Amino acid sequence: MKDILILGIETSCDETSAAVVRNGREILSNIISTQIDIHKKYGGVVPEIASRKHVELILPVIDNALSEAGLELHDMDAIGVTYGPGLVGALLVGLCAAKALAYTVGKPLIGVHHIEGHIAANYIEFPGLEPPFICLVVSGGHSHIVHVKNYREFEILGQTRDDAAGEAFDKVARIIGLGYPGGPAIDRAAKNGNKNAINFPRVFFNDSLDFSFSGIKTAVLNYVNTTIQKGNNICVEDVAASFQAAVVDVLVQNAVEAARRSNSDKVVVAGGVAANSFLRAKLNEESQKYGIKVFYPRLGLCTDNAAMVASAAYYEYIEGKFAEMNLNAIPGLRLGER
Amino acid sequence: MKKVLKQIISNSEEETKNAGRWLGRLLKPGDVICLVGELGTGKTAFTKGIAEALGIQEIITSPTFTIVNEYKGGSKLHHFDVYRVNDPDELYNIGFEEYVYSDAVVVIEWADLISDIIPDERIWITFSRDAQGENGRNIIISFQGKRFENRFMPLT
Repeated sequence: MKDILILGIETSCDETSAAVVRNGREILSNIISTQIDIHKKYGGVVPEIASRKHVELILPVIDNALSEAGLELHDMDAIGVTYGPGLVGALLVGLCAAKALAYTVGKPLIGVHHIEGHIAANYIEFPGLEPPFICLVVSGGHSHIVHVKNYREFEILGQTRDDAAGEAFDKVARIIGLGYPGGPAIDRAAKNGNKNAINFPRVFFNDSLDFSFSGIKTAVLNYVNTTIQKGNNICVEDVAASFQAAVVDVLVQNAVEAARRSNSDKVVVAGGVAANSFLRAKLNEESQKYGIKVFYPRLGLCTDNAAMVASAAYYEYIEGKFAEMNLNAIPGLRLGER
Repeated sequence: MKKVLKQIISNSEEETKNAGRWLGRLLKPGDVICLVGELGTGKTAFTKGIAEALGIQEIITSPTFTIVNEYKGGSKLHHFDVYRVNDPDELYNIGFEEYVYSDAVVVIEWADLISDIIPDERIWITFSRDAQGENGRNIIISFQGKRFENRFMPLT
């Protein structure tokens, strides 16, 4: 069978990324803007959030992805691009580039949902992994439990009603003075703390596997304020450990419950929070009780990247699901919506 | 001149949401609402109330990560959270003006961080912890500009 090569493009938020992936599973290149020495090569600063910077970065990043793969644009079988959810201005840059390239070389254009991309990152990491499975998507911007029924069919079993899990980590880290990014900082501090020191709330809903992390952020803030008001010092390590334990409890219980409800024996984790060591330990421990196997991609594939987009695009490609040239950016695109 | 429209003491998230519903019913497309207050004082809860009053059915989630979320229901809502923004220039880069000068109701959390680039005609709402108890919040809604004077003066 002929190899299928897909150029993936991702610009939904901060990162400008392009990648070449073979047969949906094998990375030939995966360039993320922050990896290139843009300062030296193109002059100017790369700001943290600057979607119009995508315009400056997109072509060099695509060039890099192709040259690192040792291939030309004409070698690609299709071009896959994230068209939502995300920032409209940011998405449009990737989308316009993808359309122009697809039109120029006469290859199909494929629209990819950003979260479906995060899920597909696991197909790269685990070549034998196939749906169905439960995916826990946890990052700075997303908290979803998704039943991945097949490569193209998704059902959301739970999602956040306020803050994303990663966002709660960032905000709590700021409250207790641990800095940004909050996830790794809290993970580190928590190793020296007592997770039972403070009983922070765990929010579960009766009617769904949804999340709510806004209340726990407020609870941490109240705890810190009251403790200081009483003239006592807070133990940062204990707060970090107790907070982390509360968030992880909810994530793990809901993910395992989702697997049991859908008779799935696999839980796959995606998104930056997948790097959290306590989440990994706890999810492994809980899953084992029910004979559920857990999968985590490496960190480089957890954060936003274009390889995951190319992988997701591959499964659209083999079904012949191509986008028209009028494909538009949809900032609030729902999972499974096409 | 900033004028106070209403002062509210809220004792729960639900009461904060109710205050948002109350204001939401008075809003028109193009209104800019600035929310100012520490973490966990109810800015997002208040926005949920506004969205309900605008006829938006979707769950309003925090836009901290993406900076802005767009909703369409009965009316449009552009919900900003500029907590993560270090420099107003970063907002211009995501098309801030197109979002703000539009036919949508615009809510901006942490507006004090970018006060200079927000239109002068605005509703300004401060959230602070009430000295009494953990859940008490003082919410002060004020407004400035001709846009709001005719609409709000009879209510003050």
